[in-house]
Amino acid sequence: MAGLARRSGIWLAALGVVLVLPWIFSSGFAITTLNQMGVLIIFSLAYNMLLGQGGMLSFGHAVYFGLAGYSVAHVLNGIGAGTLPYVPVSLLPLVGGLVGLLFGIPIGFVSTRRAGTVFAMISLGFAEMMTALTLILVVFFNGEEGVQTDRWAGPEPFGITYGPDVQVYYLIAAWCLLATLAMYALTRTPFGRMTNAVRDNPERVQFVGYSTHRVRWLAFVLSSFFAGMAGALHALNVEHVGFETVGVGQSGLVLFMVWIGGARAFIGPIFGAVVIAFLNSNLSGITEAWLLYLGIIFMTVVMFAQGGLSGLILMHEPIWKTDLKLFRPMVLPYAAGIGATIVACLGAIGLIELIYFMSTKSTRDTGTSLYTVPVDAATALPWLVCAGVAALGAAACRRAYRPMAASYADAIETVKAGAAR
Amino acid sequence: MEVFAFSLFNGVLYGMLLFMLASGLTLIFSMMGVLNFAHASFFMLGAYLAYQISAYVGFWPGLVVAPLIVGVVGAAVERWGLRPVHKFGHVAELLFTFGLAFVIEEVVQLIWGKVPMPYDIPASMNFAAFSWQGLDYSAYRLFMLVISVAIFAALFLFIAKTRIGLIIQAALTQPNIVSALGHDVPRIFMWTFGFGCALAGLAGVIGGNVLGTEPAMAITLGPIVFVVIVIGGLGSLWGALIAALFIGIVDNLAISYDLSAYPLFAAFGVERDVAGFMQDLVRLTTASIAPVLPYFLLVLILIVRPRGLFGTRDV
Repeated sequence: MAGLARRSGIWLAALGVVLVLPWIFSSGFAITTLNQMGVLIIFSLAYNMLLGQGGMLSFGHAVYFGLAGYSVAHVLNGIGAGTLPYVPVSLLPLVGGLVGLLFGIPIGFVSTRRAGTVFAMISLGFAEMMTALTLILVVFFNGEEGVQTDRWAGPEPFGITYGPDVQVYYLIAAWCLLATLAMYALTRTPFGRMTNAVRDNPERVQFVGYSTHRVRWLAFVLSSFFAGMAGALHALNVEHVGFETVGVGQSGLVLFMVWIGGARAFIGPIFGAVVIAFLNSNLSGITEAWLLYLGIIFMTVVMFAQGGLSGLILMHEPIWKTDLKLFRPMVLPYAAGIGATIVACLGAIGLIELIYFMSTKSTRDTGTSLYTVPVDAATALPWLVCAGVAALGAAACRRAYRPMAASYADAIETVKAGAAR
Repeated sequence: MEVFAFSLFNGVLYGMLLFMLASGLTLIFSMMGVLNFAHASFFMLGAYLAYQISAYVGFWPGLVVAPLIVGVVGAAVERWGLRPVHKFGHVAELLFTFGLAFVIEEVVQLIWGKVPMPYDIPASMNFAAFSWQGLDYSAYRLFMLVISVAIFAALFLFIAKTRIGLIIQAALTQPNIVSALGHDVPRIFMWTFGFGCALAGLAGVIGGNVLGTEPAMAITLGPIVFVVIVIGGLGSLWGALIAALFIGIVDNLAISYDLSAYPLFAAFGVERDVAGFMQDLVRLTTASIAPVLPYFLLVLILIVRPRGLFGTRDV
């Protein structure tokens, strides 16, 4: 009973946070960012049903996201024009989910017979096919322009028009909570455990008498359903669906979010979606190199942190569960390591920004500002300073990382010794 | 007839370019099990480097230097990027190359900007090699064909006749035994990777000025190269050659003949100006479905015969 109370406590807390957020961050920009976060959370959780839980790496999951988006845009336009029967706008995410499901059933059937590279390649093939089709089937996809829509359609139950962004926020928040709850519940069912088993040891699963194909297929179909739901909310949120929503780019973005956040923990994709959406809406205005940074972050995580950002945090879980005092000897080494990393990054970012500035701006006007300091990119000074800071930071990293790892190993050792006793 | 001959010729040319990319990729895949998503990015790097070099010292030095630089970059990527990731398994390797393709595209935009580069055909070869039935054929295209056929022949001789080629062949299937015989298998991997990247770079040097040198060139060509190696069968150079030629020729024929799908529908009594979604189908031509065709083949092959036409083992 106490366990149930604690578990539902997390969800109630999430509900509270979601309800309060638009009062704290009430600017239009913040609400837009929050809306994107909500959509991306559903999408990345759906994606992680494949990648993290089922072990299927897909380069084409945006197909279901985008197709559902297009369909919902058409449905909305149909409702607005009176050619389609009225469906409450609040329920359109379900329609999107069904569209995702509908496409997920046949495509999933042919692609889930094997996992691994075959699956990844088939998903890539479908994504490329769909991208090419958006330019061919003009009536449905409307080519490069995409489909415009207006979410203010049909009757207005309880005065909800979905005109203001805040109303859409609550719609996205409600569906996001529901979908998260549903997907979390799915991981606790026997089916959820079977998907993990199929990921880890498909041969043994077959010996036990399960069909790996069926388990993967079902996971794929359910994942497409939630991806479709996210696509529908995306269409409602921005009132436009373009050909890029079905492409490899969009699939790559969700892959980045899930892997950076961490595919192994349920919370990972949520974490990744929130961080990436936040950085995306805040940094893309400041620096043109934002996508380069995103790519570098992704590669760094792939090379050095397989569990993603959430994995980095959760690897300290045994320590804080045992004794918070164990963190005391770790503070200094960690501060040194993190500080050195920040210094190295600041230098490297400065260099990248200078290169970007020189390649995009005209040759006459070379004045710019770096970290709010006005600099002249044509002179050697800012380059030397940035290169020096980067080199200094890198050297500091080399010295600081070993004590950091050692302090972590010490703490874990103590935890293990305590558990053994 | 002359349309057929010329599109056949162009198809063979495009196919040979694809083969130059696919041969390296298929060697890398069958050796290390890594599907190198960034392979076409090295093709792009080759084109940009060749443009930059040709702007200073002309086309011919670029033809040699650019592939060498790309090859060294590729070997470095294998040594310090891919090899440390190897212990995390194939998914991590695939993700690494996917991220690498993304980063290379951004770096290219960082240095050269987002607009296409004016990388032109060298003036010394900008004339018609021959004229047939009133259609001119560019000397540069002929040169491309000669280069790619020469590379193909050299590659075959290298793999089949030299000692290093034999070791590579052995490492494809039995890396452990090759290692036990005293060969440094990781180093073979590194050089094969670099060599494959250099081939891709060379394709970029001679193809960049015909296909266009722009930041999107990698993502448009990359997936098609995957199609080629999957259809041909992984690890099979002959398969890659035949699949590349097939894709190249079909693509060119479909575009130059541009047959409409309307007669098919007319047989069922569908009007040409039919409304709604049928309109798209009636308007289909072979040129408009040409971009979809390779991916359709990819999916079909993977479902029906994952080892490809000439492969000896599954993907």
